[in-house]
Amino acid sequence: MDPEERLCADLSFLDHGMRIEQKISDFNPPAETQSSFACNFDNQAGITSQKDYQMNVAQESNRIQDWDPRSTLSSLSFLEKKIHHLQDLIQYITGRRGQFTGQSDELLVQQQMLITADLTSIIVQVMSTAGSLLPSVDCSHVANPSPSAGVSQNVVLPENYSLNKVEDLTGYENCTVEDHELKSEDDPDEGENLPPGSYEILQLEKDEILAPHTHFCTICGKGFKRDANLRMHMRGHGDEYKTPAALAKPNKESGSESILVKRYSCPFVGCKRNKDHKRFQPLKTILCMKNHYKRTHCDKTYMCSRCNVKKFSVIADLKTHEKHCGKDKWLCSCGTSFSRKDKLFGHIALFQGHTPAIPVDEAKASVGPSDQGQISEATTKIESKDFNFKSNVVEVKGSGNDPTNCFSPLDFGDSNAGEFHEFPRPPFEDSESSFSFLFSGSCDYSSKNGRY
Amino acid sequence: MKKQKSIPEPNFNRFDLLSDEIVFLILDSLDDPLDKKSVSLVCKSLYAIESRHRKILKPLRSEHMKKNLIRYPFISHLDLSLCPVITDSSLGVISGYCKETLRSINLSRPRFFSHVGLSNLLVNCRNLVEIDLSNATNLKDLAAASIAEAKNLEKLWLVRCKSITDIGLGCIAVGCRKLKLLSLKWCFGVGDLGVGLIAVKCKEIRSLDLSYLPITNKCLFQVLELQHLEDLILEGCFGIDDDSLTALKQGCTSLETLDMSRCQNVSHIGLSSLTSAAGCLRQLSLSYGSQVDLALADSLQKLSMLQFIKLDGCQVTSSGLKAIGICCVSLTELSLSKCSGVTDEGLSSLVTKCVDLRKLDVTCCRTITYASVAHITNSCTSLTSLRMESCTMVSAEAFILIGQRCQFLEELDLTENNIDDEGLKSISRCSQLASLKLGICPNITDKGLIHIGNCCSKLIELDLYRSAEITDSSILAIARGCTLIETINIAYCKNITDRSLVSLSKCSKLNTLESRGCPLITSFGLAAIAMGCKQLTKLDIKKCQNIDDTGMVPLAYFSQNLRQINLSYTSVTDVGLLSLANIRCLQSMTVLHLECLTPSGLAAALLACGGLTKVKLPLSFKSLLPPPITEHLEYRGCVFQWRDKAFQTDYDPKSWKLQLTEEE
Repeated sequence: MDPEERLCADLSFLDHGMRIEQKISDFNPPAETQSSFACNFDNQAGITSQKDYQMNVAQESNRIQDWDPRSTLSSLSFLEKKIHHLQDLIQYITGRRGQFTGQSDELLVQQQMLITADLTSIIVQVMSTAGSLLPSVDCSHVANPSPSAGVSQNVVLPENYSLNKVEDLTGYENCTVEDHELKSEDDPDEGENLPPGSYEILQLEKDEILAPHTHFCTICGKGFKRDANLRMHMRGHGDEYKTPAALAKPNKESGSESILVKRYSCPFVGCKRNKDHKRFQPLKTILCMKNHYKRTHCDKTYMCSRCNVKKFSVIADLKTHEKHCGKDKWLCSCGTSFSRKDKLFGHIALFQGHTPAIPVDEAKASVGPSDQGQISEATTKIESKDFNFKSNVVEVKGSGNDPTNCFSPLDFGDSNAGEFHEFPRPPFEDSESSFSFLFSGSCDYSSKNGRY
Repeated sequence: MKKQKSIPEPNFNRFDLLSDEIVFLILDSLDDPLDKKSVSLVCKSLYAIESRHRKILKPLRSEHMKKNLIRYPFISHLDLSLCPVITDSSLGVISGYCKETLRSINLSRPRFFSHVGLSNLLVNCRNLVEIDLSNATNLKDLAAASIAEAKNLEKLWLVRCKSITDIGLGCIAVGCRKLKLLSLKWCFGVGDLGVGLIAVKCKEIRSLDLSYLPITNKCLFQVLELQHLEDLILEGCFGIDDDSLTALKQGCTSLETLDMSRCQNVSHIGLSSLTSAAGCLRQLSLSYGSQVDLALADSLQKLSMLQFIKLDGCQVTSSGLKAIGICCVSLTELSLSKCSGVTDEGLSSLVTKCVDLRKLDVTCCRTITYASVAHITNSCTSLTSLRMESCTMVSAEAFILIGQRCQFLEELDLTENNIDDEGLKSISRCSQLASLKLGICPNITDKGLIHIGNCCSKLIELDLYRSAEITDSSILAIARGCTLIETINIAYCKNITDRSLVSLSKCSKLNTLESRGCPLITSFGLAAIAMGCKQLTKLDIKKCQNIDDTGMVPLAYFSQNLRQINLSYTSVTDVGLLSLANIRCLQSMTVLHLECLTPSGLAAALLACGGLTKVKLPLSFKSLLPPPITEHLEYRGCVFQWRDKAFQTDYDPKSWKLQLTEEE
C-alpha cells in the first residue's frame, strides 16, 4: 500500500469538510460516497508539498518493514480489554446518574473524579496502543497529535481545520462516551486491513437505519420491509435484476459481480464510523451499522424493568442484560460490576488503584442503625437505668449526656485517676469519698433491691 | 522542648540542672517500667521529662484516655488490649491527640468500636504502621475498607475477624501496598481470591499467616511468588493437598519459616515439592500432620539449614527419626510433644547426631526410658530447655544424669515424672535454671527442694502443683534463695501454712501465686503477701477456706496491680468482695461457692469494680442479680460466665488419690 495515498485519504476531509456538511443536509448517500473518493486525489498536490509529511512518510515506510503481527495481536487484545473496561465505566456513569441522585455531593464528586481520571488514562492508553497498531495507521497522529499534524494543516487551511477540529473533537467524545457498540462489530483490524478505496462504502440515512427493515439491498444498502419490495428495488440497479428468475428469488450471484467489498459508514458526522472521520473504521455489515447507530447516536428507550437503571437502545442488548440483571453483585470501585467474584478479582489484579466496592446494602446497614445505633441505644438505655440506680444508692453529682460521666461515680477508685495509677494511692484516706459511700450505699441498695 | 520550671522553693532543685537528653538516656537504660515510674515521682521536672520520654502506653481503661494522652504527648505505641471498652468516641480522642506520632496501635481485645471510629483513627494517624485488630468479630468489609486508607501500614493482624470477606481483604490489598506482615488466622470469610489479590498487590509481604482459611492451591501459587516471603503459616489449611502441591512449578526461595501443622491432606510428597526451592528454610512445623517416616525425612534432605522442627502429635517411626537425625544435623530445636511411636531407639539415634540441640520437647512421649535420657544428656550437653512432662517410664536415676550433664538448662519441665530428691539435688547444679516444673511429682520432698532453693538463684517460675509431700521448709528455702521468683504454684500442697506465704512476701517480684486447696493458709499469710509482693497480678486462693474478709482488705489496699483473682470456696463475704473494688486493675474475678455472698453484695461489688472484663459466677445468681446491672456491666465490657458446678467438699478428689497411689 502506498503510504502517501493513505495520508491523502486521511487528510481528505480537511478540505472538504464544508462540502460534506452541505451534502449531509441533502442526505444523498451515493453522491457523497463518490465525492469523498474523488477528494482523495484533489488534495494530493497540497499535501506532498509539505515537508513534515514527507518525513513522516519516510518513517512510516520503515515502520512497515519491521511490522510484527504478534505485537499487533497483543496490542489488539489489550485494546479490547481497555475498550471493554471503558464501556463498563461509561455504563456505570450513565447508570449511576439516575441512581444516586440522593447521594452526598462529596461522594459523588469523588467518584466522578475517580471515573474521569480512569477515563482519561484509558483513553490515552487506547489511543497510543491503537496508534502503534498497524503499518497502515499514520503514527504521527497519535504519537504527536497536535504539533506536527495540527500546525501543518493549519498552514494549509486554517479556517477549515479549526472548524473541523472542533467538530471532530465533539464527535470523538461522543464516540467514546457513549460507545456501546464495540462488542460485536468492532473488529479494528478488519477495518484497518482494508486500505481505503479497496472497499465500497455505503452509508444509509438515519431514517433508513431506524426503519424496521429486514431486507437490504446488497448494492446500495437500502432496506425494505418485504423481500418482494427489495426485488422490485433491485430492478433499478440494472437489467440483470429484471429477469423473472431474479424477481422470483433473491439473486445470489449478483454479489459476486461487485468486486469491491462492501463496508458501511455511520451517517453521524464526527463519528469514528463515519467515512469522513480521520481514522475512519468502517462497519462490517448492515446489522452492525444499525446496531452501532442505535447504540451510539440514539436515545436509550428500552429500560430494564428489573433494575430500572440500565437503558438500552437495542432491544437485544436489553435482553442480554436482563439475563444477568441483579446477578452482578460484584462491584469494583470504578463502577464495573461482575457476575462472578473471580472476574472482579481478576479485574482488580489487572488495574492499578481499583478496589473492590463494598455492597451498598452492607454500607447502608453499617452506617445506619445497626452497629452504631445499637451502641448508642444501649448507652441511652443504660444511662437512664444507671441514673435510677444511682438515685437509689447515692446522691449523684450530676450527670451529663456523656455516658462516661454518668458512670464515673460508680467507677469509684477512679475518681482521681487522672494520673493513671502512676501515683500509689494512700491506702485508706483517699478512697473515703468513693469507698465509704458504697458501704452505706450497698445497705441502702439492698433494701430497695426489690424494685428491680 | 520547653522545660518546666518548678515553683520557686527555698531549696534549689538540683534535678533541674539535668538536661532532658541526659534524663532521656537514663530512662532509656531503665528496663523496668516501675523504675521509670519512680523517676517520674521524684519531682515535677522529672515527671515532665518522663512524660515526654514515654513512647509506649498500655492503659487498663479507656475512660481517662484524654488525660493520659495529654500527659504523654509522644506516644508512638498504644496498646489497648487491656481496655474492656473502646468506643468510636475513644478512638476519636486518640486520633485527635496522637495524630502523626502514633505508629502502632493494638485493638485486639476491646469491643464496641465500629468502622466509623476506625476510619477516623486511620485518617488522622497517617503514620500508623502497625494495627492489631484481632478478635474484632463485628468488623465487616467496611472496616476493612477503612483500613485500606492506611497507606503506610506494614503490619496488620486480623485474627478471628470472621466477618471480613474477600471484598474487604481486596480493599486492604489495594490500599496497603507496603504490608510486610499480615495475619488472617481464622478469617473464615476470606478465600483464594482475597489472598491471591494480597499476593498480587502487596509485594513486600514478609510474613503471612493463613491459618484455618478455606484456601486452596490457587492462591498458594500466587503467594509463593512473593519475592520476600519469609514466614508462611498454613496451619489447618485443609484445602491444600498433595495433588495441588505437586503441580507447583517453583517453590518460594526466600522462605525461612513454614508451618504446615494440621494440614491433613499434605504428605511428604506435597511437602517436598513445596520446599524444593526453599533452601534456606530454618523452621518447619508439621504438627498433627502425616506420619513421620523415612519418606518424610527424605523430603527434608535438601533443607540443610533447618534448625527447628516441630512434629507435635504426629505418628512417628524410629526409622523416620533416625533419618531426620542424619539429614538435619544443624538442628537446634526439636519438638516431639505428644508424638506417638517415639521409642528409645529412634530418639537416641536422632539426638546422637544432633549435638547442637538447644531445646527438646518430648512431652508425653510415654514409652521413652532411662536410655533415651542417657543419650540426650550424653550428646546434647548444651540443652537449654528440656520438656518431658509425663514421661512416666523414665526412672529416677535418669534425672541425676540431667543435672550432671546439662548444666546450661534454663527451662525444665518434669511434671508427672518419677524424679526424687536425689534427682533434684543433681538438678540443682543447673545454676541457670529459670523455670522448673515439678507438678505431680509425688516422690520429691523438702530435702530435694531445699537444694534447688539454695543453688538455683535465677529461678523465676516454680510449679509444685500437687507435689503433696513438700512443706514450709521447702518454700522457705526457695524464698530465701530464689529472690527473683515471679511465679509460684503450690496448689494442693496441703502442708503449706502461712509461714510459707510470709517468707514468699520477701520476693518482691512475685506476680503470680496459686495456692489452691491449701487449707492451712489464712488471711494472715495473704496479708503478708499483699504487703510484700506489690507486683502481684494473679492470685488463686480457691479452696483456701481459712481466708476471709480480713485477708481481702489488705489485698485491696496493697495489691494495686492485681488483675485476676479466684475466690471460690473461700470464706470471703460481701464486705471482702466489695473491698476488692479498691483495686483499680482488677479485671477478672471468679466467685463460685462463696457461702456468705448475697446477691446485693455481689451486685454492689460488681458495680464498684469498674474495670472488670470477666466474671465467673454461680448460675444461681443469674436470676438474683437485677438485669439492669448485668446489662450495665456488659456495656462496660464485662463478660459473664455462669457456672453450675456441684459443691466439692473433698480437697483431694478421689481420682487424684487413686492416680497417685497407682504411681507409688
